[in-house]
Amino acid sequence: MISKQNINVALIGNPNVGKTSVFNQLTGLNQQVGNYPGITVEKKIGFCKLPNNIKANILDLPGTYSLNASSIDENVVIELLLNKNDKLYPDVALVVTDVENLKRNLLLFTQIKDLEIPTILVINMADRMKFKGISLDIPYLEQHLKTKIALVSSRKGYGIEELKQLIVSFKTISSEPCLNASVIDTEYFNSLRKAFPNQLLYKLWLVITQDVNFLNLERNEIRSSFTKSHSDLKRLQQKETIKRYQFINDVLKLGLKIDTSIAKDYRSKLDRVLTHKIWGYVIFFLILFVIFQSIFEWSKIPMDFIDASFASLSSLAAEQLPAGVLTDLISQGIIPGIGGILIFIPQIAFLFMFISILEESGYMSRVVFLMDKIMRKFGLSGKSVVPLISGTACAIPAIMATRNIENWKERLITILVTPFTTCSARLPVYAIIIALVIPDERLFGFLNMQGMTLMLLYLLGFGMAIFSAYILNKILKIQSKTYFVVEMPNYKLPLFKNVGINVIEKTKAFIFGAGKIILAISIVLWFLASYGPGEKFNKAEQIVTQNTINKPLSPADFENAVASQKLENSYIGIMGKAIEPAISPLGYDWKIGIAIISSFAAREVFVGTLATIYSVGGSENEVTIKNKMAAEINPVTGEKIFNFASGISLLLFYAFAMQCASTLAVTKKETNSWKWPAGQLIFMSGFAYAVALIAYQILK
Amino acid sequence: MLTTIYSLKKGEKAIIKDFDIDAVPLKLLEMGCLPGNQVALLQIAPFGDPLYLDINGSHVAIRIETAKEIEVDIIKTNL
Repeated sequence: MISKQNINVALIGNPNVGKTSVFNQLTGLNQQVGNYPGITVEKKIGFCKLPNNIKANILDLPGTYSLNASSIDENVVIELLLNKNDKLYPDVALVVTDVENLKRNLLLFTQIKDLEIPTILVINMADRMKFKGISLDIPYLEQHLKTKIALVSSRKGYGIEELKQLIVSFKTISSEPCLNASVIDTEYFNSLRKAFPNQLLYKLWLVITQDVNFLNLERNEIRSSFTKSHSDLKRLQQKETIKRYQFINDVLKLGLKIDTSIAKDYRSKLDRVLTHKIWGYVIFFLILFVIFQSIFEWSKIPMDFIDASFASLSSLAAEQLPAGVLTDLISQGIIPGIGGILIFIPQIAFLFMFISILEESGYMSRVVFLMDKIMRKFGLSGKSVVPLISGTACAIPAIMATRNIENWKERLITILVTPFTTCSARLPVYAIIIALVIPDERLFGFLNMQGMTLMLLYLLGFGMAIFSAYILNKILKIQSKTYFVVEMPNYKLPLFKNVGINVIEKTKAFIFGAGKIILAISIVLWFLASYGPGEKFNKAEQIVTQNTINKPLSPADFENAVASQKLENSYIGIMGKAIEPAISPLGYDWKIGIAIISSFAAREVFVGTLATIYSVGGSENEVTIKNKMAAEINPVTGEKIFNFASGISLLLFYAFAMQCASTLAVTKKETNSWKWPAGQLIFMSGFAYAVALIAYQILK
Repeated sequence: MLTTIYSLKKGEKAIIKDFDIDAVPLKLLEMGCLPGNQVALLQIAPFGDPLYLDINGSHVAIRIETAKEIEVDIIKTNL
């Protein structure tokens, strides 16, 4: 819990300095992830027990290169640090730096010091000092930077206890600035000081140069009397940056020694291979291939296990609980509903694990470098690769990850096309349909055909994303300056703990976020499927008896006939039947129609819906959803409902259709307009319908 | 023709001289792209763009169009 008695600690640092590892070391799994109000920036708070029975709230702020914000993630940092009334306003700031990039990392440190917050300098990755021939004069650095230094290795886990000690004694840590940057334009800053004597000079400067909310002061007042042209402000910012670097260089000249003769370097060797004009791409595609093959192969066992367990749990509940409506709801609505959510866990966890490893290792930046020129041909940026790859987990964080694309047109196109990539919510739909219509055989003895189909679907998603980007690039007339700056971090072995925590958190967020919707929809569906209006539903037994009067059925067949008569005439059956004319050219029956309606807001509901529908109407012998679906026969043609043609048509429909309310909401938020999400919905779903129609008509 | 980062060959080092402040993003300045600092061209991406640089100890990639804006003096190495 966030408690007022706890010390508020803010973790601040450049990207790629191991800030999150320090956060994980301090808090363990004791973390809460939420959002800042009104915006979709992730807010991570953890809790930490310090010596002397003191506790701390640790806030992990988004990574930022400086307090000159260029994205909403970075704005969050400044807005918090400017607002003393915020309940998370830090009592002490930890600026996390990487010992190998100390010079650049200290820029942010000197800015934080100017805000007169007690600041501890955390020098991370200390385990690499020997390897790189680096030695530090800690007392000298502490004296000149006016701070306390914690030398830690979040990787090896040392220095953390000492850091905790420093946090406890935060009141003794200096809050004095370590340099006077106002000398860059003495006259200007003096008049600013005179006009607002009670405010920190640096705060005023940030308010003038940044587009941030500033509560206590009339921002317009400051701005109107101290405004300068954009170029003049930027010139001053450049002077400020030079001033800060001069100071940092002076301090490091004596405080940091690098013996290059013993420094080892594998970065350039790895770079030579990983960004090679042939090997670079070969390796990239091999990695993608391994990811997709393994998601399908490795997840299969736990998924089958979860599927089967929930099926038996469901029949157990039906047998053991007293018969009645409530039992039916539990065994046919709630249990299959929950099973439909939990079955995603293995695949989602694998995907997040791979993405997290690619990011942590530093490889993702090389992909950006490798792909930029190619992506630009399609109106995208090399940085679009990250959203497109993480879109394979979920489009929502992927769209948020477009924030570091500096060029608005490239960013907008990336946002618009990202939902075409195969997100994890499509996986269960794909998985079950592939399992039904693609034979489980191996091509050339080692290529699993189901895995290959899955990979093809992924490629199709990417291809469609790229293709629509190309079209959008031609259509959209937006002029914006193209800036492109990518840090190429050091290669690092991914930390098991970081990857693990990330996987657990993301999976949890998915299960609880999507899970609530899926569960609610499952219950509603169960009601709609279990009740119906009029005679046809209520007198199902009599109707079936009458229809089969000449040819009496066995008791089991009779029950089945009654169940399907009921389902067909239930509320949901009526709805499904109503849209059947629109979807039968695509090869779908009314039951699939129901699943498409219910998955309109979230694709993953598809499987859960079918699970619920078939649990209500199906026979007792077929236990798992898959078997039930495989046994479905079209009463008119006598063919299987899920055959090759309708299966492919469904796969294509789900590959292209925009069926995710959350993605539309996040597109609205990030583009600040309903125009773009509306366009996504109409174009994607219309296209999906057309493609599915063509595919079925050709294949049937 | 002006000598810029774009003129560098792979492996070459140079000292940053000057640039048009409006053509270079602030973020790049903060990474250490400032007059007087050293820059080295480490890698060129396939198809010639972007460029992977070591600027004052920071490893960054930028596009050619930005590289063309940054004037430099090439450091001659005597072999």
